[in-house]
Amino acid sequence: MELIIRDKIKQVKKGDHAAFEDIVMFYQDKIYQHCHRMLGNKHEAEDIAQEAFIRAYVNIHSYDERRKFSTWLYRIATNLTIDRLRKRKPDYYLDAEVKGTEGLDMYSQLAADGKLPEDEIEGLELQHYIQKQIAELPPKYRSIIMLRYLEDFSLQEISEILDIPIGTVKTRIHRGREALRKKLRHV
Amino acid sequence: MDCNKEALELMHKHLDGDIAREEESQLRNHLEGCEECQKHLHELKRTITLIQSSEKLKAPDDFARKVMQQLPVEKKHVKYLRWFKVHPILTAAAIFFAFMFTGLLSAFEQDSQLMVSNPENLIIEDNMVIVPEGVTVKGDLVVQNGDLKIDGKVDGNVTLINGNLVDEQGLDNSGLMADVGGVNGELKEVDRIFEWVWYNIQNLFKGIFSIE
Repeated sequence: MELIIRDKIKQVKKGDHAAFEDIVMFYQDKIYQHCHRMLGNKHEAEDIAQEAFIRAYVNIHSYDERRKFSTWLYRIATNLTIDRLRKRKPDYYLDAEVKGTEGLDMYSQLAADGKLPEDEIEGLELQHYIQKQIAELPPKYRSIIMLRYLEDFSLQEISEILDIPIGTVKTRIHRGREALRKKLRHV
Repeated sequence: MDCNKEALELMHKHLDGDIAREEESQLRNHLEGCEECQKHLHELKRTITLIQSSEKLKAPDDFARKVMQQLPVEKKHVKYLRWFKVHPILTAAAIFFAFMFTGLLSAFEQDSQLMVSNPENLIIEDNMVIVPEGVTVKGDLVVQNGDLKIDGKVDGNVTLINGNLVDEQGLDNSGLMADVGGVNGELKEVDRIFEWVWYNIQNLFKGIFSIE
């Protein structure tokens, strides 16, 4: 598949408008899903996913063909979702790092084993519940958990997509897993 | 082994697939004797399975069409630029000719003033250049935007651009014929734009290929 995509990208670089449609068709579900999971709603997900493809088209000449195209595309999409999340008016900054700590934010300050949301589980479909738990992770953990387990990227690729050191990726994926374990252990 | 620190660290390494063989056996030994950690690892693995089991979302049906509609239309100059990149030799030729012709045309159109290549010893009256009797012009003579009357001699080629050679017919016919013979070289009259261009091109090639 990578080979076909590589070919299509060459055509797009030469100015073949139509070849880009095939690229969109191939990646649209993945990118849309990624944006949806990051942003949590259909409307913004569609908006940002479209924007990601448009940016990819406009900047196709800056894409280095020796690298994996999907990594490059996800990087554009992830950056756009993070920008969008920042522009939202937050009521509180659970995400903000606590001063004087390395990578600790307010989430880690919350009581980990609080009241069990058992009533909630009963009312919600399991799928929905899992989604909700993922959605409630801070974006920096959420993006990594999704890239690793829903989109099957390696840790190295995730480090390229997010432009952070691989050590940070590991730390965050550990924390993300632990956070989700606490939320999902009683399911 | 400290369950909360070392064992946990090894579990995550194990899940990331970058655990060393030695560490793996350490972890295995620990797990055999520690139910708490067994449970923990089991929960982590189950969490991953749960995440992976979540349903796949699909983009809306008209997604690709909407993207394609929103793509910026290529500006014309981008198209031209790309064409130039693909055909560098033609581009070089096109630029060469563009410069050459604009150069020639502007030279032709702007210089409407009377110009003489070597005005020494010549008489200039209004729009007429006169080579007086007894004067010999050494070298080629070029007169632009004016008429030329030759009473003396020219030792070289004469070129007239946008002008005529004046001969005073009727006065002394035979003498005049002799005077025109006073040009010891070619006599050329150029008064149309294409001839002007042609003349310049010829000069250019003469310039390029002359061995002197």
